[in-house]
Amino acid sequence: MTQWSGYLGLILQGALITIELTLMGSVLALIMAFLAGLGRLSRFFVFRALATAYIEFFRGTSIFVQLFWAYFVLPFIGISLTPLQAGVLALGLNVGAYAAEVVRGAIQSIGREQYEACTALNLGRWQGMRHVILPQALLVMLPTFGNNAIELLKATAVVSLISLTDLTFQAQVVRSQTGNTLVPFTTILIIYFVLALVISWGVRSLERRMARGLDGVRV
Amino acid sequence: MEWDWNFVREIMPTLIQGVKITILATLLGSVLAAIVGLAIALARRSPNRAVSRSVGFLAEFIRGTPLLVQLYFIFYVLPDIGILLPPLVAGVIGLGLHYGTYTAEVYRAGIDNVPRGQWEAAKACNLNARQTWTHIIMPQAIPPMIPALANYFIAMFKETPLLSAITVLELMNQAKSVANTYYRYVEPMTLVGAFFLVISLFSVVLLRWLEHRYGKIER
Repeated sequence: MTQWSGYLGLILQGALITIELTLMGSVLALIMAFLAGLGRLSRFFVFRALATAYIEFFRGTSIFVQLFWAYFVLPFIGISLTPLQAGVLALGLNVGAYAAEVVRGAIQSIGREQYEACTALNLGRWQGMRHVILPQALLVMLPTFGNNAIELLKATAVVSLISLTDLTFQAQVVRSQTGNTLVPFTTILIIYFVLALVISWGVRSLERRMARGLDGVRV
Repeated sequence: MEWDWNFVREIMPTLIQGVKITILATLLGSVLAAIVGLAIALARRSPNRAVSRSVGFLAEFIRGTPLLVQLYFIFYVLPDIGILLPPLVAGVIGLGLHYGTYTAEVYRAGIDNVPRGQWEAAKACNLNARQTWTHIIMPQAIPPMIPALANYFIAMFKETPLLSAITVLELMNQAKSVANTYYRYVEPMTLVGAFFLVISLFSVVLLRWLEHRYGKIER
């Protein structure tokens, strides 16, 4: 039985990499989501076109293809990425494209009267966005962002295929060393599920906190 | 590295072989997901608490864990208990189960959207449970779901490259094998990406049409 503790350590190391990837990917996704989401609402055609192209491209091709492209094709045009960099880049850009639509939808869901109130108070476009629209839109975005984060967590499993030692990779290592399949795969399925539960719980408590000051503001 | 059209022409037949398997897997997976989703949705409405709770938890679990790990589970663990599946069958089962948990939510929403009066009218006409479902509820519930279902089938299509991890010879796997043979990654990987992009751009048009024909997609 002693050997299992060693293998468990291996799997926990993998869990750390998975968590690290999820966090870094989420940060990049969040940045891209706001850039592209606001870009789609821009007054300028160039920004709108760029944002739309980005969103359609990354939603249209699968994460797996993007990851392989980043890892295998970019080196040929002179950009070498480590597996971790390629993973974060592909995950962040892919999920960011989905989340950008969430940002756009949430901002558009804010009623006209809020924009009119901004004009009435003589706020500039940016001021109105920053102080009036975004604080309300953020609350609308949060639940879907939570789902996107869980999608990102699930997508991290793919990076094991470009030899990044995440949970799935370590489970394969354990499988090939012990010949046992049931234990490693069941273990990592449970770990993934627990991580997903943590994300959805975290997002829900964040939502409660942010809703606190907005009582009565939203109908 | 230069883009080489001759090489593209050379590898095209191999890639088209892969495209066929990709499409086959998507079609079979969609059929399975449609059936599994309906079964889950019906089981969750079961008056038997034990059935609805356990199916609900199982669906939640499958939705919270990565498809890749589920594919490994089906492909590596089931043979240990004597169920030996060909890769494509294992892949289709994985896709169908995973996306079945998503389509279950679409069915649930669709069924909940049928007005109460329809149930009461069915009862008043002395229809039994089976007749109520097949003649009253389903014919009204299914058309509004079609765009949302199609959306998930397109998402599934984009996930099929994962099947290459369990040795299904679909498009991604063919591309990888030609890339490894000639050590040229640029063309095969880019072609795979372009293929998925083109199909998904077409599918956007198809979705618009379905939405127009069968009503609004749910968000």
